[in-house]
Amino acid sequence: MASDDIWILGIAMTKFGKHSDKDIVDLGSQAAIAALADAGVTMADIGILAAGNLMGAGAGFGQQLQKQIGQTGIPVFNVANACATGATALRTAIMAVKAGEARMGLAVGAEKLSGAGLLGGGGTSKKSGNKFEPSGRFGSVLPTDGRIGTDTMPGTFAQVGMEYGHKYGGVSFELFARISEKNHAHSVLNPMAAYQKRFTLDEIMNDMMIAYPNTRPMCSANCDGAAAAVVTSGEVLRTLSKEQQRRAIKVSASVLTSDPYQEACQVLPDVNTLTRNAAIIAYEQAGVSPSDLDLVELHDCFATAELVHYDNLMLCPEGGAVDFFMSGATWRDGSTPVNVSGGLESKGHPIAATGIANIWEVCHHLRNEAGDRQIKDAKVGLAHVIGLGSACGIHILERSGL
Amino acid sequence: MAQQIPHVAYLELGDSPHLVANECTTCGARYFDRRNACAKCFNNDFKKAAISQDGILKSFTIVAFAAPGVPVPFVAGIIDCNGTSVRGNIVDCDPTPEKVSLGMKVRLTTFSLGTDEDGTEAIGFGFAPA
Repeated sequence: MASDDIWILGIAMTKFGKHSDKDIVDLGSQAAIAALADAGVTMADIGILAAGNLMGAGAGFGQQLQKQIGQTGIPVFNVANACATGATALRTAIMAVKAGEARMGLAVGAEKLSGAGLLGGGGTSKKSGNKFEPSGRFGSVLPTDGRIGTDTMPGTFAQVGMEYGHKYGGVSFELFARISEKNHAHSVLNPMAAYQKRFTLDEIMNDMMIAYPNTRPMCSANCDGAAAAVVTSGEVLRTLSKEQQRRAIKVSASVLTSDPYQEACQVLPDVNTLTRNAAIIAYEQAGVSPSDLDLVELHDCFATAELVHYDNLMLCPEGGAVDFFMSGATWRDGSTPVNVSGGLESKGHPIAATGIANIWEVCHHLRNEAGDRQIKDAKVGLAHVIGLGSACGIHILERSGL
Repeated sequence: MAQQIPHVAYLELGDSPHLVANECTTCGARYFDRRNACAKCFNNDFKKAAISQDGILKSFTIVAFAAPGVPVPFVAGIIDCNGTSVRGNIVDCDPTPEKVSLGMKVRLTTFSLGTDEDGTEAIGFGFAPA
């Protein structure tokens, strides 16, 4: 192993779901302590902490966490980057190790979202008086959500999927529902998922409509959870035990991008270009191609989003996402299994935990520790998240081979 | 006659209501909000540009579940107005997948959003099937 390679030494997640007896620090502590144990190290070995929590950003989550797991005086980076918060925390720890500033880094993401309801709507400034006065960058006299399009997440991502249909054809309500059917079917094998219920296509299509074509089971599940990872360098890993070296997972690519200017991005966030850009850099860094991937965990915050990311991650030819999905390629017995964890639609989406939990899922398979849902002989996997606004994190992971 | 005020500053009222963008004088990128500099080319000089009232619906969703106070269902759409993408509701049309389709032709229309205590009327915009 090269000295400057980056390795995941330990990684853990809490079960996703409703944790009414735990606060964010409890959840973060649980994941962090488990990740340290998995790595075979303690807080005394950690040189940097990157801590992600979106809803409480500004409260100093990292320092709160230290009070519960070990107050060693190391630098803390409190990270918030929309739904890419977890991946950004991991990326921060990786950069510190890569720069030689720390021998080991700990990244943690935790969120409590149970019962949060609809996200993204009604965010426009409310008028307080009874006089129309232009305010904000649009000079609006009344809120715009609902009057000039939608700010809700289900509606925004519905438009992302429909736009793909306008560009390439072939999309339908049923197609998107079938993607959701796949992820819910996969979830049955994942005891860490918030929901492990298989739905029929009819059940999905006849459930409560949220924003056409996304019904309720086609939306990510708001829930509580945390995930954490310990990263180190090849140089340090060489000094550790054979067992630690065998279970370590190589981070072959770690990439974070934001959305470059596109003509329509001011009216509909562009989640495509930054994902494609990140994927190009990641495949180049890792020296692997999409056909080498044994499994992919991608950001299916809505069924309509999963479709476009098949294309953005270049798992299929440009414009070919519908045919790719309909071929069965992304089911767990297909050529490129996607979201064998159940994805955000069933496993759940505790925002800041998501971008580390998807890496835990991939690592679990690469270590051959995934039990009933193990993808046989998995050697290479990719984990992807998108935060609206936008941020994209992609990590490519490889088995150690030792 | 009562005063009128546009819902947003980029809606120009009058005999032929239309949208107006801030157009970058260097690269031509168009913005509906106030910008400090161009996100595409970093220039900070803008001029006003009128947007076509006619367009093609290039994406939509039918929102059935929204924030409190937002009437549902409604159709939120992205409209290609002769090369400039615009966000707006599809109005004068049943909010059902049978009546709204990708690629349909639409045209800007305006309507009252109510009056304030001084009797000033807010005028909003949407896009109706053309």
